[in-house]
Amino acid sequence: MFDEMRAEGGAVRPAYAMVDRWLKATPQAALDAKKKEAERLFRRIGITFAVYTEGGDPERLIPFDMIPRVLGADEWAILERGLKQRVRALNLFLKDIYGPAEILKAGIIPEALVFLNAAFQAHMQGLEVPNGVYTHVSGIDLVRTGPDEFFVLEDNCRTPSGVSYMLENRAVMMRLFPDLFEGGNIAPIQRYPETLLKTLRAAAPRRCNGDPTVVLLTPGPFNSAYYEHSFLADEMGVELVEGPDLRVQDGVVCMRTTRGLQRVDVIYRRIDDDFLDPLAFNPDSMLGVPGLMAAYRQGNVTIANAPGAGVADDKAVYRLVPDMIKFYLGEEPLLKNVPTWDCSKPDALSHVLDNLAELVVKEARGSGGYGMLVGPHATKAEIAAFAEKLKANPADYVAQPTLSLSTCPCFVESGVAPRHIDLRPFVLTAGEEIAVIPGGLTRVALREGSLVVNSSQGGGTKDTWVLRAPSQQQSQSQSQGQG
Amino acid sequence: MLARTAESVYWLARYIERMDNVARLIEAAQRMAGLSSQTEEWRSALTAAGCDVGYAAKYDTVTSANAAMYLGVDPDNPSSILSSLEKARANARSVRTALTRDMWEAVNGAWLESRRLDMKALVLEHLPETLDWVKTMTTRFLGAYSSTMLRNEIYFFTRLGTFLERADNTARILDVKYHVLLPSYSGVGGLLDYYQWTSILQAVSATRAYHWVYRSEVFPGNVADLLILKPEMPRSLRACYDQIADALELLQDSYGGLAGEPHRLAGALAAQLRYGRIDDIMKAGLHEYLTQMIERTASLGAEIERFYMR
Repeated sequence: MFDEMRAEGGAVRPAYAMVDRWLKATPQAALDAKKKEAERLFRRIGITFAVYTEGGDPERLIPFDMIPRVLGADEWAILERGLKQRVRALNLFLKDIYGPAEILKAGIIPEALVFLNAAFQAHMQGLEVPNGVYTHVSGIDLVRTGPDEFFVLEDNCRTPSGVSYMLENRAVMMRLFPDLFEGGNIAPIQRYPETLLKTLRAAAPRRCNGDPTVVLLTPGPFNSAYYEHSFLADEMGVELVEGPDLRVQDGVVCMRTTRGLQRVDVIYRRIDDDFLDPLAFNPDSMLGVPGLMAAYRQGNVTIANAPGAGVADDKAVYRLVPDMIKFYLGEEPLLKNVPTWDCSKPDALSHVLDNLAELVVKEARGSGGYGMLVGPHATKAEIAAFAEKLKANPADYVAQPTLSLSTCPCFVESGVAPRHIDLRPFVLTAGEEIAVIPGGLTRVALREGSLVVNSSQGGGTKDTWVLRAPSQQQSQSQSQGQG
Repeated sequence: MLARTAESVYWLARYIERMDNVARLIEAAQRMAGLSSQTEEWRSALTAAGCDVGYAAKYDTVTSANAAMYLGVDPDNPSSILSSLEKARANARSVRTALTRDMWEAVNGAWLESRRLDMKALVLEHLPETLDWVKTMTTRFLGAYSSTMLRNEIYFFTRLGTFLERADNTARILDVKYHVLLPSYSGVGGLLDYYQWTSILQAVSATRAYHWVYRSEVFPGNVADLLILKPEMPRSLRACYDQIADALELLQDSYGGLAGEPHRLAGALAAQLRYGRIDDIMKAGLHEYLTQMIERTASLGAEIERFYMR
């Protein structure tokens, strides 16, 4: 088990020196008081976020743990390069499969995996999207098992969420412990909304002249991520629109305003492909905008992320991302994949069936942890039942070893104790320029021993610090007598 | 600004104002019921609230308990106080970011409380306190938006909603009882008439205002004058239309002069009220005048929606 703060024997790792000093300098009683104050403050600040939620009820917020999760400048530098490399390859992959399909012709990725994929959108074939960007906003889930052992657990190229928690956690920490942020040792993340807006504006259709109009398309107030949608729209200063606010006229997407119809150039959509356009996708959808896809295909509007980007984050395609990186970039992958067995292959299947008790088995196309088997936590009967399902439809499943996720200290009932964590950094792609916000959302399994970080199962979040290299830090103002 | 946002803040303000108006109608009916025919007062309240047809479909006879329930909490009545609160809150939620926190808390706080409390029991057993609670909430909303909102388009649409709904309500209350204000009727001049006139004032909380303005006992002509033409009376048609015309003018200014049918209609109505005389109105027919006011207010509402919200 790898603890990110303490090495075996208890020595504090360098990145956590500041956290350690802070925890030590504060006596237990003061720490408890601080924690209470933190909760109070968090509730109050939380309200400014919770205003977007039902009833302004802070109970609905995911629990927040005060002890930050820290990544050293060197560690982050590797991750950042690896994330950029990976997202660059994912975009090239999407451009390729909706274009010449060279990677399929080269036999590196089986055609069935792409063309029979539920996320594949035939409407996208042969369409040139601005700057060749399909996944403008990507959330790449990472886990860590050792000092240099980072693994990509999952790519998210559809509508990754959680960034509002990242921003909120930092806002809370800065209000609670302004001293910790003095001297600029911690890389700032507050410019995310600004960078997102820049990314979206850069995605404007070529024929849009001058100042593109960006909107955020939400399914509406009853969506669980609605507060994040309204928060981001507010922060970016763009309109938060629902399907009926938009209409397509002569191939141009417009929003209905009090001054009449106003042209829209870029749609940051937070609704799924199926609900974008009832004419192109799900005819029963009440959420979509009839004619949107036609306007998109005519180059009159950009949809971000592009429809059909989900092929790139499919769990069966995931296994082949390292091959994609080699194929498109001619580089060795900087970030490792978790070894994954594709159960459609007979030898892989027999290995998986023999080792179900140690493996995690997931539906290849499922999401949200549904229909998943966690071998070490399952009963014999559950394993036997799952084996039958697996044998019946092996192509629907992939299997991975159960990873021992790294831990980070957390405030718990009994004081401070290690808990398992993961990380979702957010990657913004604007053409050649790729930005990774230093840090991301750290999720923590607050229940002892649990590996499940989902908020529905007792998961919480932490502020995520990326330390800046000494050269990046602010120099102190000169003082008298230094000369 | 999105058309949907304008529509939502406008209707939010209308539903809140409607709650307030219905609460005042119930209050007046209850107070007057002891003095004249009980049934008659509740019937008037139901008619003024536009709920008489719906009520008749549900109940055979008018009783105070049934009428209070129907006007206060009945989910089958789209204009009941609770139905309006439900719709106000749904509108507020869908444009949460266009509202100030104080506005949201006024609406959402009342909504949460209404779900926590047994409103039916409250209406039956503690009607005056419950109506006070409604009026406190609506006053809080009005106070919140006038003291916390930026004076921009969102504010102008909110004001349009408040005053259009209020103008409609005042015209309806007068029209339900117009006959008691006619010169032909006032010949009787008995105690009952006096109560009839006062009941109109009570329904718009204007009894004291009347005495301040006229410094005389209650005369029917003055009641009509106060509620139709007096600019200093905040629920008079004149005061409401001054506000409506002003809000539309401010919208016109902020949209670079963009104007149309709503501006023409509102301007014409405001001018008519400004230069009108109560004697002329009475001579030409009070009922006809009020019916026309209700119709023109409704068409102004429709034109506002067509012009800004479609």
